Amino acid sequence: MGDDSLILGQRLSQLCGHGPILEEDIALTNVALDLIGQATLLLEYSGELAKQPKTNDELAYLRLEKEYVNAILVEQPNGHFGDTILRQFLFDAYRKPLLEKLLDSNDERLAGIAEKSLKETKYHLKHSSEWVIRLGDGTEESHEKIQNSLESLLRYAYELFFENEVDRLLIAEGIVPSAESIFPIWDKTLNDVVKEATLTLPKNNWKFQGGREGRHSEHMGYLLAEMQYMQRTYPNMEW
Amino acid sequence: MSESKGWPLWEVFVRSKQGLNHKHVGSLRASDATMAIKNARDVYTRRAEGISIWVVPSNNITASDPSEEDSLFEPSQTKVYRHPTFYDVPDGISHM
Repeated sequence: MGDDSLILGQRLSQLCGHGPILEEDIALTNVALDLIGQATLLLEYSGELAKQPKTNDELAYLRLEKEYVNAILVEQPNGHFGDTILRQFLFDAYRKPLLEKLLDSNDERLAGIAEKSLKETKYHLKHSSEWVIRLGDGTEESHEKIQNSLESLLRYAYELFFENEVDRLLIAEGIVPSAESIFPIWDKTLNDVVKEATLTLPKNNWKFQGGREGRHSEHMGYLLAEMQYMQRTYPNMEW
Repeated sequence: MSESKGWPLWEVFVRSKQGLNHKHVGSLRASDATMAIKNARDVYTRRAEGISIWVVPSNNITASDPSEEDSLFEPSQTKVYRHPTFYDVPDGISHM
């Protein structure tokens, strides 16, 4: 969760100053900041839980590529605005029910982080889904572009529901919800929005995965190089 | 910014807290009222400036004509008696 937030936050922050219009530039930057804030809380907590405790900066800036377990979806390039907003929508539609279920986590700290993050994520989903609808049900050009975004990005979204041994252990302990409890909610949001946006879900979509196990797409290395540059050049630098 | 050319301009009013009035804070472009509210939230309330937002299409605002400034506003400048400053306020009355 922390890596998803961190990497998507980093991706979105690359758009700061490059948004399609001033208002949307600020909106996307707000989302980026929210995600970096969520990443800070989550990485801080996981750093404390580690056998050899680490700070959130160490976790964010000093790991190797294969040590990041974010979904491949969130590291995908920003592309055009439709790509950015569709990637965001696929993620928000998953993150919101995840956070809602985490409110009941047996881990109080995690439930607290979820409560704070949920308010932000609700808005992110509203923002991204409204844009998907506007673009899909907009002009011929915007429809075609976001339909293409859907076809190229949906294949990365299924990895959000990946589970491994550790996940299953946490699910059994009542610390995190199961993927199968979130998937139907995500799927319904996806179908509702796609329908309202007059888009068509691609058929026979190949489902990518690997990010959750540290196997990333070719875009990840460049993202990390930029993100880690400062901390690696000036070790232990602080704001 | 060329994409926003076709988008109408909206005036944004924000109320900073309960009991106060909405104040004009600026303007922005949006394709409709829903988007205008969202944009206003992102552009004008990101530092916790408000708890309520109004947006009004700028072209629905009728403004006074600057060339009529003389007749509209100047006459009131010489009428100091319209300010309640000629009363003696008794001791012990605060907030006046």
